[in-house]
Formats: sequence, C-alpha cells, structure tokens
Amino acid sequence: MANKHIDEATGTETVGHEWDGIEELNTPLPRWWLWTFYLTIVFAIGYVIAFPAWPMVDKATEGVLGWTSRSQLAKEIDVADQARESVREALARTPIERLPEDSPLMQQAVAGGGAAFRVNCVQCHGSGAAGNAELGYPNLNDDDWLWGGDLKAIEYTLTHGIRQAGDDETRTSQMPTFAGAFDGAQLDALVDHVLSLSGKGRSNPVGAQIYADNCVACHGTNGEGSREVGAPRLNDAIWLRGSSREAIKRQILNPRMGVMPKWEGRLDPVTIKMLAAYVHSLGGGEDFVEVAENPEVEVDEQP
Amino acid sequence: MSNPDTPDGTNKPARGHDDDDAVVVADGIAKTNEPVSSAVAEPGAATRRHEPHEPPRQHLPEKLYEARQKVHNKRIDGPFRRFKWLMMVITLGIYYVTPWIRWDRGPYAPDQAVLVDLAHRRFYMFGIEIWPQEFYFVAGLLIMAGIGLFLVTSAVGRAWCGYACPQTVWTDLFQHVDRFIDGDRNARMRLDAAPWTWGKVFRRGFKWAIYALIGLVTGGAWILYFADAPTLLRDFFAGEAAPVAYITVAILTLTTVTLGGFMREQVCIYMCPWPRIQSAMLDEKSLIVTYKDWRGEPRGSLKKAKKNPGEFGDCIDCTQCVQVCPTGIDIREGPQIGCITCALCIDACDKVMADIGRPRGLIDYATLEDCEREAAGEEPRSPWRTILHPRTIAYSLIWAGIGGAMLFALGVRSHTDISVSPDRNPPYMLMSDGSIRNSYTLKLRNMESRPRDMEIAIDGLPGGMMWTDTINRDEAASTQIFTVPADQTRTVRAYVVAPADVSARDFTFRITSQDPQRETDTAETRFDAPGESQ
Repeated sequence: MANKHIDEATGTETVGHEWDGIEELNTPLPRWWLWTFYLTIVFAIGYVIAFPAWPMVDKATEGVLGWTSRSQLAKEIDVADQARESVREALARTPIERLPEDSPLMQQAVAGGGAAFRVNCVQCHGSGAAGNAELGYPNLNDDDWLWGGDLKAIEYTLTHGIRQAGDDETRTSQMPTFAGAFDGAQLDALVDHVLSLSGKGRSNPVGAQIYADNCVACHGTNGEGSREVGAPRLNDAIWLRGSSREAIKRQILNPRMGVMPKWEGRLDPVTIKMLAAYVHSLGGGEDFVEVAENPEVEVDEQP
Repeated sequence: MSNPDTPDGTNKPARGHDDDDAVVVADGIAKTNEPVSSAVAEPGAATRRHEPHEPPRQHLPEKLYEARQKVHNKRIDGPFRRFKWLMMVITLGIYYVTPWIRWDRGPYAPDQAVLVDLAHRRFYMFGIEIWPQEFYFVAGLLIMAGIGLFLVTSAVGRAWCGYACPQTVWTDLFQHVDRFIDGDRNARMRLDAAPWTWGKVFRRGFKWAIYALIGLVTGGAWILYFADAPTLLRDFFAGEAAPVAYITVAILTLTTVTLGGFMREQVCIYMCPWPRIQSAMLDEKSLIVTYKDWRGEPRGSLKKAKKNPGEFGDCIDCTQCVQVCPTGIDIREGPQIGCITCALCIDACDKVMADIGRPRGLIDYATLEDCEREAAGEEPRSPWRTILHPRTIAYSLIWAGIGGAMLFALGVRSHTDISVSPDRNPPYMLMSDGSIRNSYTLKLRNMESRPRDMEIAIDGLPGGMMWTDTINRDEAASTQIFTVPADQTRTVRAYVVAPADVSARDFTFRITSQDPQRETDTAETRFDAPGESQ
C-alpha cells in the first residue's frame, strides 16, 4: 500500500476505510486464532475429498470414503431389522391366544401392529380405526364384533378376509334380497319391529310376524345375531350401515355386503399376529375362551 | 524498539483492545493529575509496560498475527495470596468431595447426595429430588446463580473472576505446577529461552504429565456427578464403564490441559463473555483493583527519587505488580479486561511499599468514587458503605425473594401427580349397549421413594365408569386403584364409559395416594359425546 495511514493516538496502521469518521485499526490477530482458522480450511479440504461434496449434473462427487446417506440408511435399517428379529421369532413361536400372558411381548406386538395398521388398514377403517358407518367399514374400537372379537377370531379374519374370492376358508355371510317380497306397509312394520329390538319404539305385531318368518334363522328371536354365520346383532345400539329407517329399509331390500381383503400372502403371519393384537387392544377386544375339543387327550398328555 | 526497563527486555506491542476500559478510569482521574491522565486517555499508547512520558510509539503490524507473550508470574505472599489459597482449597474441595457424600433415600433411590441421574431423569440434591417436569427448580437455581453474580459484582467487583472461577482456580493450580517443576519466574524464563536439551525435554515431559494428571482427575471427578461414584470409579478403572464416561473424561482432560495449562489468560481475554458483562456491571461505586496514579506518578527509581526529593511519586517502577500478575497485565494502566481482580499485585506492591518505608495501598481495592475522594484529600468511606448501596440491596432482595419462593414451592409440592391426554381419534365411541366411551392415557407419578397405591376417581361425570387395559370391562367402576412403583411414572390407558344420555362435558380425574399423607392431584379433561356440547 502506498498510502499507509497511521492512527495518531495508537500509532497503529488503519485498514484504510472510513465510516462517518470512524476508522478501523489494523490490529493483528492472536496467533492461536489464526491457526484455528487455517485448521478449519484444512478440515474443509479433507472433508471435500473424503465425503460427497460437489454437486455434479446427476449426482454429487463420490468422496474417497464411499459414504452415502443412502447406504447409511440401508445399514441402519439392517441393524433395526436385526434388533427386531428376536421379537419376531418370539411372536412366531407364541400362539396368539397366549400373547397376553407375556406382557412385554404383547406390548411389542401392539406397537408393531399399530405401525402395520397405519400402512395397510387406515384406508378403510380410518387412522383411529373408527370405520365408516356410511360405507360399511366397521368400527374396530367398539365392542360389537360380527365374527368374534377375541385375538384368535381377529387373526382369522385378518388372515382369510371376509367374502374374499379365492379363499376356501374365508368368512362368508349372505343377507338375502327381499326386494319385492313386502309391500310398503309390511316393510314399515318390519322396520318398526327391528328398531324395537334395540329399544327404539314399540314392537309391531305384523312386523314381528314377518321377522319370525324371514329373519329369525340368522338374526335370532331377539335379534341377538349369530357369529357362526356372521349375522349382525339387531338388538344393540351399533348399526354397521346406519340406524335410520331409510338405511334399514335399504339394507332389507337391497342389502350391501362389504369385502375385507385376506392378508395371508400379502403380509407375513407375524405381522398379521401383531395387527390382530393391535386391533384387540383398541378397547373392544374380547377375552379368548378356550374350548377344549378333547379334554381327555389333554389330561393324558400330562402324566 | 526494545524497552530497556522491562526485565525480560522484550517489547510488548500495543494491544488497543485491552485498554478499552482504561478510558473509563481516565475520565475519573483526569481532574487530579493532568500528565498521567492524558497518557492514559490515549489508550493505544499504553503498552503493557507503559512509560508515561514516552511519546506514542508507532507500531506497524509486520505479521498477520501476534504471538502470545507468555506470562511467567512470580511467586508472592500476602493476605490476598493466602485468601486465594483458601479459595482454591474450598472450591476444589467442594468439587472433588461432593460426589462422595452419601444420603440415605431408602431402598428405591440412589444414596448419593448430589446426583444428576440422566438415565432415569432425576436430579438429586441432598433432601431435594427434582423430576423433569419440575425443572423450573433448576431454572430457578440458575437464575439465582445469575443474580448472585450480579450481587457479588456490584458489591465487591469481579471477585468471581479473581477467586472462584474454575478457569482462575485451575490456572492458579497449573501455575503452581510450573513453579514447582521449573522454579520461579526468572528460572522459567531462562528455561523457556534455553535450547532443547535432554534435561529440558525431561522437565517439560514431566510437567506436561502432571498437567495431564490434573486434567484427568478434573474430568474424572465430573462424571462422578452423573452416576454412583464408588461404582463408577471401580468400573472406570476396570474398563467396564459406559463409553460416554471415557469420552467425557477424555474431552474434559483435553480441555482442562488446553485451557488451564496452555491458554490460561487468553481464555479470560478472548473467549470468556463474563469479563465483558461484568465490566458493564461495574460503576464508580464498585470495588476494583486500582492503581492510585495521583500518588504514584511520576514514577522514578529509588535512586532518582533520592536524588530529587519531592519530584517523584511513590511508584518506583519496580514492576513487581506486573511480574506477579497471573494474566500478565499492568494494573497501572487502569482497569482492563485482562484484570481478574485477584489482587496479587496489591500483595506485591504493599510488600515493596513496606520495604521502602512508604504507606501501603498504592495499588488497592477501592471504588472510583473513593479514589477521587482520596485524591482530593478526603477520608475514604467505610467499607460497609461501599458494599451496602441501593444496587446491592436490591439484588440481595431479589435473590432472597427467588430463593424463598423456591423453598416455599419445595415445601408444599405434592409427590403425587396425574396428567391426562384424551384420545382424539375418534373422540368418542358408541358401545353396543348404547353407552358412550372415551379413551384417555393417564400418567400417574409417584415421586416418593416407595411404591404407593393410588386411587383414581372420576369427578363430574354422572354415571361415569372406567376400566383400563389391565382391568376388564366387567370390573368397571367409578374408582380404580393402581400400584405405582417407587419413584416412577405409570402409564395407564383408561376407558371411561357413560350412559347413553350423556352430553359432552368437562370432568376431572382425581388421584389420591392410599397412605397417611393422602396426597391429591387432579387433571381436568373433556368427555366427548354425540350431539350438542354442554
């Protein structure tokens, strides 16, 4: 610099700029500060060589360490899978009705089932599993179960689905069509009776007779339904397809019946087991009641 | 450009940033002594070994950086040095002994008096146990520490920096190691300048090994606050402690050696924010270490002063005050950021004054107000009036108020706590018998160090019954009893069912401990139901 400007008061050279009469002294830096600064530069160069850094046309430079966030993610997923393996093995070993006896395992099953539910089930049953009365997707939180609400029954439903074509073991029920069978007065009388079963309104003798002739076989004398054939209870407060007179009439004349996909083959048995545990945990799950098919044999097995 | 009057013959370049505060003192003293104040008022002209009548020297930076002038402080004895020893023993004693104090909390809680249990999220301090949701107590302690610092600063100046700051204490410790291994100031300077012989290599290696040992013991003691000290110590040397323990000790060893062993005063001058804040908190009523220039200036050696009696001040320019300074400053340039007010220069100067038969206190703890008063020939005020002024009294009241409020809160706080979060998806559920169900996640906290039964009841929900994930629906009742393990939180999923005619309303979960204390806590929440809300 040709024009060195020396500050009179301090005798120090200034940097040569001036802002509103204020000048800056060219005071030297501490040496350790400077070395720290150089070290950061060295570090930056090393980093650029070692790791992906420069964006190119289709991807960034690769870096000599070969590190990528994708490979790191894959590695982390592998580790997580391995950590889960012991839990999955324990779940595969344990019959589902025995799960509640192992509280930690049950908790893990519920957590895993919750994750699987959010991927596979929320599309119909909703993220809170509250279903949809208009579209006939059952609410899974309540205590009304068409096919049984214990762990085993839920697992069976999940495995084989409902009215699932191509599965011999799927659960199937058929509500007959009564279109044209009753005239308007008869239909109104029948609806009166059906509503009275669940305590809404008074029974109607005509409707009761029609009900006795046509409906008792599946829905039971008092509308208690049947889980054997998947016939809904009519004497409770929960209506799968709506509780209005219109909705009930529609369901008598032109019944709609939903389809639940079978998950066997699409999800592995352990995931299905976890899903069953999750659905059971939503608040309406029933206790599993063991029915010994041949008690004598069991006694013989335990000397 | 060498300065013949400095004992090491080196020249200290200008350090304008050190002298920011010099202007302040210059303003206060300007009325009393024209030549000195004019020299001090031009802070840039003041080098560390300042010559008052020397015209400002031109210093051109020849390099991009400035090499550190290593501080070799001389040993000194005196009241302040002894106080510094005492403070070192007290502070290091507290630091090293605290983790070993035991405190019996029964079978369910650790028996370490001060313990930060990160794994279980508890903070134990003697009889006090802090849970994460009570962290405001820790915040309160931090606020008290902050206000305490304001209080101390406004009363006795930067006493924290001078005596209690860890950087000061450990720097002091390392300086004693230097003295022990390499000898006092002159010997150390000779050794520094000497070529690297095997003897010097051995000495330096030995000294740095002691540095490392001090660092290790420092870092090692820190981790003892986070786990049971005897167990951790054994595990640590058996190689069985958690990796985080070794990493923490390694980092703290390294930082202790780097900051206390090598960087020393540079930490105070360049890195630490406190000197800036503390300097801003000082005013003319604060005690600071100050050089009474109206008494000392102009300086002259004993010889010169003898030859021309009456012409020179009391300062004989022996530079003892500079030589003993742990941060290597010259207090005669006025208050500056590098001064930690440790007062070793007072010890040194008083000793010299006694030797040459002049009154002590040429360098002294004084307020700027008293300096002016003394310079004008008046009596200085009593120390009590110095310490007790409105600002210190206000800080004391605030500090004591916060402390009292915290003690009160500690005394009346409940060891039973419930929090409730309702399920919102779906908000309510129609059951087959027509009743309405809502679901909640309850967190029951038992902050006693023994298991307790807690009764949960539903208030304000007529006909409301509850069952949980561990109690079947057929056992639903309006109250339920849960056992909550000692010192733990138990999470319970609760299903509350109300009759079909219920309408949406607010209600309360009430928890009551089933023991003689019968501690109670409530949590209000919402019961959702179809139809208009009430």
